[in-house]
Amino acid sequence: MYPEEYRYSKDHEWIKVEGDLGTIGITDFAQKQMGDVVYVEMPDIGTELGHHQTIGVIESVKAVSDIYSPTAGEVVEVNEDLNKSPELVNEDPHGKGWIIKIKIKKSSEVEKMMSYSDYEKFLSGLDE
Amino acid sequence: MKKTRLHSCHEKLDAKMIEFFGWHLPVEYSGIMEEHMAVRQKAGLFDVSHMGEIFVKGDQALDLVQYLTPNNAAKLGPGKAQYSVLTTPNGTFVDDLLVYFLNDQEYLLVVNASNVEKDYAWIFGHAEHFDVTVENKSVEYSQMALQGPAAEKILRGLTDVAIEELKVFQYKMGQVAGEEALVSRTGYTGEDGFEIYTMSETPHKIWDAVLESGKHYGCLPIGLGARDTLRLEACLMLYGNDIDETTTVLEAGLRWLIKFKKGDFLGRDKLLKQKEEGINKKIVGFEIVERGIARPHYPVYIKGEKISEVKSGTYSPFLKKSIGLTYLPVEYAEEGTEIAIEIRGKKVNAVVVPMPFYKRHED
Repeated sequence: MYPEEYRYSKDHEWIKVEGDLGTIGITDFAQKQMGDVVYVEMPDIGTELGHHQTIGVIESVKAVSDIYSPTAGEVVEVNEDLNKSPELVNEDPHGKGWIIKIKIKKSSEVEKMMSYSDYEKFLSGLDE
Repeated sequence: MKKTRLHSCHEKLDAKMIEFFGWHLPVEYSGIMEEHMAVRQKAGLFDVSHMGEIFVKGDQALDLVQYLTPNNAAKLGPGKAQYSVLTTPNGTFVDDLLVYFLNDQEYLLVVNASNVEKDYAWIFGHAEHFDVTVENKSVEYSQMALQGPAAEKILRGLTDVAIEELKVFQYKMGQVAGEEALVSRTGYTGEDGFEIYTMSETPHKIWDAVLESGKHYGCLPIGLGARDTLRLEACLMLYGNDIDETTTVLEAGLRWLIKFKKGDFLGRDKLLKQKEEGINKKIVGFEIVERGIARPHYPVYIKGEKISEVKSGTYSPFLKKSIGLTYLPVEYAEEGTEIAIEIRGKKVNAVVVPMPFYKRHED
């Protein structure tokens, strides 16, 4: 379910690291909580994001949720497909539903994030 | 938290549950979009047992109902119900409701869950001058709504009630899935459909039978999330959002239900005066022409000036647009008026459009 090579935050974002590039999205757990996503508000390319800073907003039919950057970096790409097909966040949250790509500032911040197994443990703790 | 008698059905279906005015209720099962479209195109079943059932009985039952509501309850007769409201002396809303004529000594008032205690106190308070008894039987009643174009086909095989004979706002008593029930052709979705009231302690027999028979027609269980998007597309008012004790029945566009000629009722003088002098503000529907979703309380601007706030607002699953309701000064209430909604600090363009947003094709 949760890709082994990704890192996860307590706010239910994931990051996939390739070199100094990080792809960020929300987890399957988060998309299920939100329900049908109808609009994703993304930052401008070039925006400098701090650790835990708001990247943007996901609107589902019933609620508005902030998305946070799990680590500091500069936005280099946003997922333009979400403008036309926001439902990708529901359908493929760990793949085609990615939200932004950033140039990672501090890889040490990413290393402190949860592994997939820690995240799964974290989720089972939330259920109790 | 209060649980309806159908609570275990929702758990079995793995519904996402929320608290709603003290009740533990399903907000969605398979997803708001899918549920919404099922009701528009096929059918959907709702547990609305949280709604309140207040009975007014006695020689002056009609007199009290007539005094508390602006619609003409004297027009009701056997098997008939009507939409109405409870008005304050100012012509504003205590609540909106359905009034069922049970017999000439007894009326059933179906009110919002959020207002049951307030309404009961209100009705009881006015009842002392009338020869009536007022009883709140909300906890004894379960209520289900079966809505959508396939509703009649699904229900027909489960009941001895001649539902095909029912016109809108008519009801009959009978059995549904072996349980004693009142079945009315009413609803809160803009579709054809039925509401089923029962005092049975095993209402899940109805719930299960409808879902089982409905499977073939694509009937789904529907949560509060889609209930809200469905009613908003159809511009059916929600107490607390669109109507409350600060808005009058005329401002809310419900002129049609006020029957000034029927005699005195609470708020009549104020409403008559307002009708003669004209209203200053009026409810309007709008749709956002850019991106973003209007939510309740977001500020509304005209020509840069904050003028109102969003009452109800959502993404419309049927129209695939962001829609909402607000009150505007009458001079701005015309279709085509350009307004702006402030969404997280940014002003987003919207336009006043005709109400309702969605109207089904009558067959």
